[in-house]
Amino acid sequence: MIRVENLTKYYGKRLAVDNISFNVERGEIVGFLGPNGAGKTTTMRILTGFLAPTQGEVWVADYDMSQHSLEARQHIGYFPEAMPLYSDMTVRSYLDFSSRLRGLDKNRIKTRVEEVVDICHLEEYIDVLIGKLSKGFRQRVGVAQAIIHEPGVLILDEPTIGIDPIQVAMTRQLVKELGKERTILLSTHILSEVSVTCDRVIIINEGRIIAEDRIENLSSLVSGSRRIRLEVEGPAEKVAERLRQIEGVLQVSYEDPHYIVECPAGQDPRGKIMQAIVQSGWNLLSLESMEMSLEDIFLKLTTEEKTSQ
Amino acid sequence: MRNITTIALREFKSYLASPMAYVVTGIFLVLTGFLFSISSATYFETSIRGFLGTGSLLLLLLASVLTMRLLAEERKMGTLELLLTAPVRGSEVIVGKFLGSLGILTAMLALTFYYPIILMWFGDPDWGPIATGYLGLFLLGSASLAVGLFASSLTSNQIVAAVVAGGILFALWFLGMAADLLPEALGEVIGYFSLSHYFPDLMRGVIDTRGIIYYLSITVLFLFLAIRSLENSRWS
Repeated sequence: MIRVENLTKYYGKRLAVDNISFNVERGEIVGFLGPNGAGKTTTMRILTGFLAPTQGEVWVADYDMSQHSLEARQHIGYFPEAMPLYSDMTVRSYLDFSSRLRGLDKNRIKTRVEEVVDICHLEEYIDVLIGKLSKGFRQRVGVAQAIIHEPGVLILDEPTIGIDPIQVAMTRQLVKELGKERTILLSTHILSEVSVTCDRVIIINEGRIIAEDRIENLSSLVSGSRRIRLEVEGPAEKVAERLRQIEGVLQVSYEDPHYIVECPAGQDPRGKIMQAIVQSGWNLLSLESMEMSLEDIFLKLTTEEKTSQ
Repeated sequence: MRNITTIALREFKSYLASPMAYVVTGIFLVLTGFLFSISSATYFETSIRGFLGTGSLLLLLLASVLTMRLLAEERKMGTLELLLTAPVRGSEVIVGKFLGSLGILTAMLALTFYYPIILMWFGDPDWGPIATGYLGLFLLGSASLAVGLFASSLTSNQIVAAVVAGGILFALWFLGMAADLLPEALGEVIGYFSLSHYFPDLMRGVIDTRGIIYYLSITVLFLFLAIRSLENSRWS
């Protein structure tokens, strides 16, 4: 449904997107992951036809964006980054306007507006001016306008940023439901969001795709070691020495007051570590497996990339 | 056509929801009403020339103010992004917004109809010059709105948009005066490009086709430039 080939975008002399290619198949939910300024928004703006690429080709809903942008846009629902809305309109009149603009059949507008208001839980606010709504409700209006014309492709640019946790959960649930029959590209810089909602992830940094894989394989992307953090009451030198002797431990480092133990992915020596500490007569204060955070993955992937160059 | 109507109606309603249109209309009515009531033409000719002469200049100013937000605000607030990613042509956006502002201008001119009605009450005005005078104001107004819309497409700053629009409009208006200083042939040619060149005829009740074509051309030209400028933002 979405096909991007050798896409490059310069803003003046600044390179924002550097020769990226990817596909999103029909019915897939793909997470577009990257730090701020990685080129996520630029790519999405090109996919929705707001910006023209400097080079490369883009197909959305099987239309070439450079030739048939208008037809393609009919099949796209878009949630832009900052969710800009007309503050002088009520929710109802705005959704009415959006549905007309997106070519919804005249007779369907009224019922469809009520449907999306229902889906996005906006019933109580339907006649309130958008300018008077809180950020969370504005975000719901943004989602409502994106789905009002029942588009086959949804492009959501950081839809869960700046809203409260309950709404984040609601939005994710909605995305999952919508994703059953639609193609969704969702950008975020929160790793857990991707693992909850997406089938596949594309990681982008400094305008380049640095990794692309299914969620299940995400951790192994990081040619995987796993890390365990523990806090022990005992002589630092000796504790570290003892930890190194445990089977399956690759490396031990001490960052006061924590010991970081690294071991190969797929192995879990926590039980052995606990036994070893207790048997040596020291006190184990805490022991936890450290999740690879997005920052870690980036750091790892980007440094790997640099060293390989 | 449907998209144009949708955009024009939204724009028109948006004017009514903000104080801008009321302030502009109010100022226009107060000032033109004042000039109409003190002008000798009102009493000696039972004509609306007192209103038309200054109303035309005032229109240049107010059109710049009326149109300044049309695109600059959308650019600044970011709402342009949703408008341009909807399945709508740039030309439909521009024409829709133009018609929305033209609607306000028409309403504003309609509110001045009581000037000729007063004349009719107290005397026997010649309706020819009144009709052509209104035609002139309408044509001049639509040209001014097109210039204003173009200026608004250039920037995300409304003040800059208004100043640029006013600059272009007054330059085009006073071009006719500069023409007097130039060698005759050259001056005459330049005079044809002035916004003020065709207005006196219309005020007198003379319909000059060249004048009508001129105002329409300015309107179309600047709408076209606005479309190009809007489409250009995709290539930033």
